[in-house]
Amino acid sequence: MTLTVKEKKDVEIEISEAWCKGCVICVDYCPHDVLIMERGKAKVANLAACTACMLCELHCPDFAIVVRDKSKE
Amino acid sequence: MFNYDQYLRITKFPLIWCPGCGDGIVLKSLVRAIDKLGLEKDSVCMVSGIGCASRLTGYVDFNTLHTTHGRAMTFATGVKMAKPDLHVIVITGDGDATAIGGNHYIHAARRNIDLTVILFNNHIYGMTGGQVSPTTPKGMLASTAPYGSMDHTFNISGLAQAAGASFVARASVHNGVQLENYIAKAIQNKGFSLVEAMSPCPTAYGRRNRLGAGVDMIEDLKRDAVPYSKAKKMTPEELEGKVVTGIFINEEHPECRSEYQKIIDRFQKEK
Ligand SMILES: Cc1ncc(C[n+]2csc(CCOP(=O)(O)OP(=O)(O)O)c2C)c(N)n1
Ligand code: SF4
Ligand code: SF4
Ligand code: SF4
Repeated sequence: MTLTVKEKKDVEIEISEAWCKGCVICVDYCPHDVLIMERGKAKVANLAACTACMLCELHCPDFAIVVRDKSKE
Repeated sequence: MFNYDQYLRITKFPLIWCPGCGDGIVLKSLVRAIDKLGLEKDSVCMVSGIGCASRLTGYVDFNTLHTTHGRAMTFATGVKMAKPDLHVIVITGDGDATAIGGNHYIHAARRNIDLTVILFNNHIYGMTGGQVSPTTPKGMLASTAPYGSMDHTFNISGLAQAAGASFVARASVHNGVQLENYIAKAIQNKGFSLVEAMSPCPTAYGRRNRLGAGVDMIEDLKRDAVPYSKAKKMTPEELEGKVVTGIFINEEHPECRSEYQKIIDRFQKEK
């Protein structure tokens, strides 16, 4: 049996360095290890794995991470 | 993406709240709820007291009032009586609403006045560095409870329900979607509506009690959450340390400003 994982090619993630307080909440919520911490700020490490589930954006307390699912725009 | 900017005073950012403070997640949920209901910005008035949670009114582009400690309900009552068409939303903390403002809180609920109260419960006085609040769980440390709080806590939602509120729900920041849905329902209800939002304070509560960072406290909220439907079948012992989430009451009954309108109408007819 093959499992087809729908790849999301048209996703963009924007992180505001000025607003990110390094709380790690986005990293904790991401089910696909897309995000990592680097020098106290969140950073995108594996965009290809992002399914645009929006969990990170919903729970970032500082409005610092924005996920654009261009297929929905 | 959700376009928050249209509802925010972006020039005031970044938020004053500490890293990992849950209050920003409540703010986001509130903004999405208002957007979902399609409310005009000018039809909303947010009224806050004093405390970290109450700082919220500085960041949103609605009619806003940042008032005095414990008195958000009273200012909001005045706004509602004078301008009944406004959606009046009260932003308050557990200390603001149930310690210094406890009297106003229970009477606003008793009168079932059409206010939507978003009460941020972080179990502590965050802004002033961690004094014990009426919701600090027994045994937990606070600057004014160095050997652990010895008192029984208020059940904030239960208090509103017993006093006469017509909508009462509790959600926590670990589930921003549920929080958004409850806030939207609370705004729609005509009467006193409470959403108790469980929000971690890693700085003034978490650190002293060695609960880790905000992210760890959110994981704890996720672990401890029990839906109301399930909680009804559990014993008080089983519910010890749990956070029951759900809608506890959603029943319209006579609302204060509408009752007042009836009196106005009666006298105007007699004129
Ligand atoms: C009349 C008055 N008394 C005391 C204070 C000091 N004070 C400011 S905020 C606060 C407690 C806030 O706690 P809470 O409402 O739980 O909000 P949080 O900061 O935790 O969000 C106190 C005691 C004040 N500002 N005014
Ligand atoms: S949740 Fe927001 S503030 Fe926290 S680390 Fe991620 S982007 Fe930064
Ligand atoms: S949208 Fe979902 S999958 Fe993509 S980075 Fe955020 S949490 Fe991870
Ligand atoms: S002191 Fe606590 S409640 Fe206040 S901003 Fe910091 S974490 Fe949030």
